[in-house]
Amino acid sequence: MSIDTTPKQSWWNRIAHPGQFVAWTTPLLWPLTILTAVLFVVGLWFAFFNSPEDYQMGDTVRIMYVHVPNAWLSQFVYGVMAVSALGTLVWRHPMADVSMKAAAPLGALFTALALFTGALWGRPTWGTFWEWDGRMTSTLVLLFIYLGIVALWRAFDDQLRAARVIAVFTLIGAVNIPIIKFSVDWWSTLHQPASVFRADGPTMPGSILTPLFVMFFAFTFLFITLQLKAMHTEVRRRRVMTLQRKAAQGSTA
Amino acid sequence: MSAFRAMLVRELRLARRGGGDVLTLVLFFIIVGAIVPFAVGPDRELLARIAPGMVWIAAFLAMLLGLDRLFRPDHEDGSLILLRQADLPLSAVVAAKLITHWLVSALPLIVASPFLAMLLAMDVETFWRMLISLLVGTPALAAFGAVGAAVTVAIRRGGLIAPILVAPLSIPVLIFGTGSISATQSSAALLFLAALSLMAVALAPFAAALAISSGED
Repeated sequence: MSIDTTPKQSWWNRIAHPGQFVAWTTPLLWPLTILTAVLFVVGLWFAFFNSPEDYQMGDTVRIMYVHVPNAWLSQFVYGVMAVSALGTLVWRHPMADVSMKAAAPLGALFTALALFTGALWGRPTWGTFWEWDGRMTSTLVLLFIYLGIVALWRAFDDQLRAARVIAVFTLIGAVNIPIIKFSVDWWSTLHQPASVFRADGPTMPGSILTPLFVMFFAFTFLFITLQLKAMHTEVRRRRVMTLQRKAAQGSTA
Repeated sequence: MSAFRAMLVRELRLARRGGGDVLTLVLFFIIVGAIVPFAVGPDRELLARIAPGMVWIAAFLAMLLGLDRLFRPDHEDGSLILLRQADLPLSAVVAAKLITHWLVSALPLIVASPFLAMLLAMDVETFWRMLISLLVGTPALAAFGAVGAAVTVAIRRGGLIAPILVAPLSIPVLIFGTGSISATQSSAALLFLAALSLMAVALAPFAAALAISSGED
């Protein structure tokens, strides 16, 4: 292989080559999948059988073990996208493009799940599926931004050009999301001065914290696994497109 | 500086000779506002209560509608490529376009807003607050719009997708815009709105220029 003759081959350069990236990270996929599955089994067992009911919310408190990790991922995935966008713009790293593209639908999914589980939880505890509360509203806006980015990816024909444009937009979004968050908080406190529900409920005992942490890691590892797999798929999709283009050129020549 | 002024003159001349675009936007703005009573009923008290929000929504939609002519005609006839090669930095070109975009698509709306205020039964005091909030807030809408237009200029059907991208980013403008019309919170909201406008106008030319040059080569 000609790659071996290059003078320095750090891991950074090695993963810059899409084929090498796939070859290098494929052995990680199965261990990650198994780890995710084990974490989910342990976490769900804790959540369903080994954690107390809340004295106010009863069994519905168990929705929290799914809701909170999704809410955390909805923001974490945007962070991954923003870092990948920097990688695209600053280092022109080829795998940063792929990581950015793979993360967008996953982020939209986790954000939608956070909203969905939140609505399910809100119905029995607050008596409503939806409330224009600051945190929910800004999560909804975040979902719109994710979906806009997904739509943007689908609108471009040339994915390499798309990556740089979308990287610019992702970073603009990263600057703007705190502003949106702040303005929405300002707005919702203006609209509902005395909330029915308070965020600072009962302080959490360890029996609730344990399953929460396990589920938190389970979902985070689920994201990492799905992200790796989606990146592999994207690399292969691009290779297929290149081959198709070559075949089309060959048939016309 | 003369190149910058030449850009401004060029854009204004294009807008003037381009036909009835400005009038169409104003008409759209008025019609959106005038449709509201048909949907919610002609109750004057209710109309007066929702009027500030309706004026902001009409202005927001009208400015989204005008986005597509910001960079697309220049992209299609190739002058955007020439502008990128000019001595004037692309961010200055975008800044000139942003200023003229505000002059031809936001200022006419503000001039036309008294009609809408009348149709929506707004009282005089609210009207003045609305006028100030539109004057302070529309630059931010134009700036976010310019970013959205720049991101989508390389896409053939980008006119449809730009509003989807711009709308979530513009939510703070709407919040502080309508907040600055309400009687109780107006001064704080107006200051936030002004800060948002200044920041967006200062940063948008660079971001839009970066998006254009990454998408074009």
